Amino acid sequence: MSNSPLTPGVVAERLSPAAYAENFSDVQPVFDRHEARVAADRCYFCFDAPCMTACPTSIDIPLFIRQIATGTPDAAAKTIFAQNILGGMCARVCPTEQLCEEVCVREVAEGKPVEIGRLQRFATDTLMSKGVHPFTRAAVTGKKVAVVGAGPAGLACAHRLALKGHEVTVFERRAKPGGLNEYGIATYKTPENFAAREVEWLLKIGGITVKTGVELGRDVTLDQLQAEYDAVFLGIGLAGVNALRAAGEDLNGVRNAVDFIAELRQSDKPTVAVGRDVVVIGGGMTAVDAAVQSKLLGANSVTMVYRRGKDKMSASEYEQDHATQSGVRIIYGAAPVKVLGGAAVEGVEFAYTHDGPNGLEMGETFTLKADQVFKAIGQTLGAAPIGQEGAKLVKQQGKIWAGGDCAAGGEDLTVTAVAEGRDAAEAMHLALMA
Amino acid sequence: MANLTTDFIGIKSPNPFWLASAPPTDKEVNVRRAFEAGWGGVVWKTLGSEGPPVVNVNGPRYGAIWGADRRLLGLNNIELITDRPLEVNLREIKAVKRDYKDRAMIISLMVPCDEDSWRDILGHLEDTEADGVELNFGCPHGMAERGMGGAVGQVPEYIEMVTRWCKKHTRMPVIVKLTPNITDIRKPAEAAKRGGADAVSLINTINSITSVNLDSFAPEPTIDGKGTHGGYCGPAVKPIALNMVAEIARSRETHGMPISGIGGITTWRDAAEFMALGAGNVQVCTAAMTYGFKIVQEMISGLSEYMDEKGMTNTSELVGRAVPNVTDWQFLNLNYVTKAHISQDDCIKCGRCYAACEDTSHQAIAMSADRTFTVKDDECVACNLCVNVCPVENCITMIELPKGAMDERTGRPVSDYANWTTHPNNPMAKAAE
Repeated sequence: MSNSPLTPGVVAERLSPAAYAENFSDVQPVFDRHEARVAADRCYFCFDAPCMTACPTSIDIPLFIRQIATGTPDAAAKTIFAQNILGGMCARVCPTEQLCEEVCVREVAEGKPVEIGRLQRFATDTLMSKGVHPFTRAAVTGKKVAVVGAGPAGLACAHRLALKGHEVTVFERRAKPGGLNEYGIATYKTPENFAAREVEWLLKIGGITVKTGVELGRDVTLDQLQAEYDAVFLGIGLAGVNALRAAGEDLNGVRNAVDFIAELRQSDKPTVAVGRDVVVIGGGMTAVDAAVQSKLLGANSVTMVYRRGKDKMSASEYEQDHATQSGVRIIYGAAPVKVLGGAAVEGVEFAYTHDGPNGLEMGETFTLKADQVFKAIGQTLGAAPIGQEGAKLVKQQGKIWAGGDCAAGGEDLTVTAVAEGRDAAEAMHLALMA
Repeated sequence: MANLTTDFIGIKSPNPFWLASAPPTDKEVNVRRAFEAGWGGVVWKTLGSEGPPVVNVNGPRYGAIWGADRRLLGLNNIELITDRPLEVNLREIKAVKRDYKDRAMIISLMVPCDEDSWRDILGHLEDTEADGVELNFGCPHGMAERGMGGAVGQVPEYIEMVTRWCKKHTRMPVIVKLTPNITDIRKPAEAAKRGGADAVSLINTINSITSVNLDSFAPEPTIDGKGTHGGYCGPAVKPIALNMVAEIARSRETHGMPISGIGGITTWRDAAEFMALGAGNVQVCTAAMTYGFKIVQEMISGLSEYMDEKGMTNTSELVGRAVPNVTDWQFLNLNYVTKAHISQDDCIKCGRCYAACEDTSHQAIAMSADRTFTVKDDECVACNLCVNVCPVENCITMIELPKGAMDERTGRPVSDYANWTTHPNNPMAKAAE
């Protein structure tokens, strides 16, 4: 007898196999040709288009949409990939409602933007499904570059460097390349092993060697890399996780959301255990991904608790809506006081918060029943191999560059990481060829 | 509600919307359905001579161009005249007319260019109780290769000759359908008038190739790897048709000659525009072929509402209303000055006006860092391109400068009417005295 959503404790197989298949299928399937043509036709081909300005990688959006409209999706894909080699993943995970689509003039005029993200996916999927790589590598320069971290920043950097003829070695501490694309994004946003297929496709440019299971500081030192390579790029992401700093956070059943998301991505869905009553603490995309997926795994009740108001939440309105529509309850303005339980977690005590003269102040308390608690209150750099600027790494230090979530500036978005990796590669190229 | 009853050369119909001679009017079953839907009249698809009927191709006979979301904008066809036996058509025409006496029933004709052929076919029609005939001098494809249709319509002398024969051999009103595939539409219209035609109808279809298949390198529609020019119609041809109707309506020789307007009429508004330019009624084909017969209901309600708003009680009050305002370029007022104005409340900041003006016109629109677009009155020549490319209706409008106001572009105040004929730059200008 299998479990049900009402089965107490943290257990697997709460739903039928069919329900899992349905829940973790493509959240927004790719347009067919007709849908793409109709959607493309809505683009006004704006002058100095606001969408393009809003895109961290500055994709020429009006041009690629026009290329779709004129029946040349491969050309559209090339327009996208020229700026963003991970345009396929970004088409799936970009918070377009906060970027290109937010500023689309048709959003302003009608409250209904051109569906840029879905059009981008149509174009990139069309080209990638042919298995061909659209770029040709320049003549080999003889320069060698080490890229640490095979996440979006590292991959974008490696691709651009390889494109320019440099020899790139990518070091990745995990078993697979992809970084957060492979380990940190909700399964339903990138089904069918897309992240791995995208990396494989990207590497077709040639000139890139990926070494997995190699961790900076443990298996190789920065000094060694500097000695062996002409330049080094650090795209190491954020390895640390913030603690709740509330009593009881070590109880059984309390877990980092990022680990839960990674486990989900790497496993067969029904085998991932989830609580009957899940509480997710945090207000970012990671919190939403953990909460929604808990629900999709069959948790009976899932509550997301964020210490500030709705407007301060870093997950977009679209993501918040997606969570509530998936059956997640969101409580705004409450912070954890302590995690309750004996051998395992049984609940979390929260206090309502309000702004006071010294920041957030706690008020009345309440308790939520929980047999599983996910912490999603942000990630941190961990050990810094080079100098820091605030909580992040400096962007350049000698012949070392840094980009993506680990580096100063920008937001913690895939698309921003791609832009930073790409731009670092351009800067490195100039330095290498000087 | 306005009375849409129309009397066109003595042929009465409950409204001015007729179906043009074409596939929708080829059979009794279609025409009955059309009358049930509300069409005021039909011009039955062109009949040919007695004997074995013509044949059509058995591959695609239509080609098209599309706009947004595959909305059909232009249609081309290589279909010939009716491919059903003459006696079948005549029997059906008679049956339908008997049941719909209040509707106009016109028969389109195309036979070889000799008097006997025309006398014979006209004789066959006597018994049908049809209201009139329309001479198909227009179809540009297929039949023209056999010396009929457009081949006749391109030679004014033939038009006059055949029209005269027809007037001699029938008591029915004769409408001459004109081809647009000619340099000056007034010449065939004048010929029809000289031949005694009661009216002209125009335009027939325009010679066209809608597209080329870039895999097989053949024109569309493609028949076994080959294609031929067809006749183009639909919304795309409306501007061409409007001009030709207006040319006939305002020409000294043909002014006042009844016109049945044809060419891309899709909505009541299109129909009203043709009528304002002198058409006594209109004929529709592509719109019906695209959306079905029901569209006539929107045409009826729309035209009625418009006429009510304008205080018109009969379609005759609309017919020709715009003709006096069609003139030659040389008579346009060169001292009429307008300036584009962008409504900031309506602007969605797409910048299309800016791109169009800056790249291809007069660099008369300024763009600020926050994407506010404003017209530079000292550069604006009022070309209207910004209005035309703006996706928001009435966001950009042309504001007329009142007399005496300063035109910042020329530095001169707006003065009285003056046209090219008296302009100092015109070498042919006549002195005012």
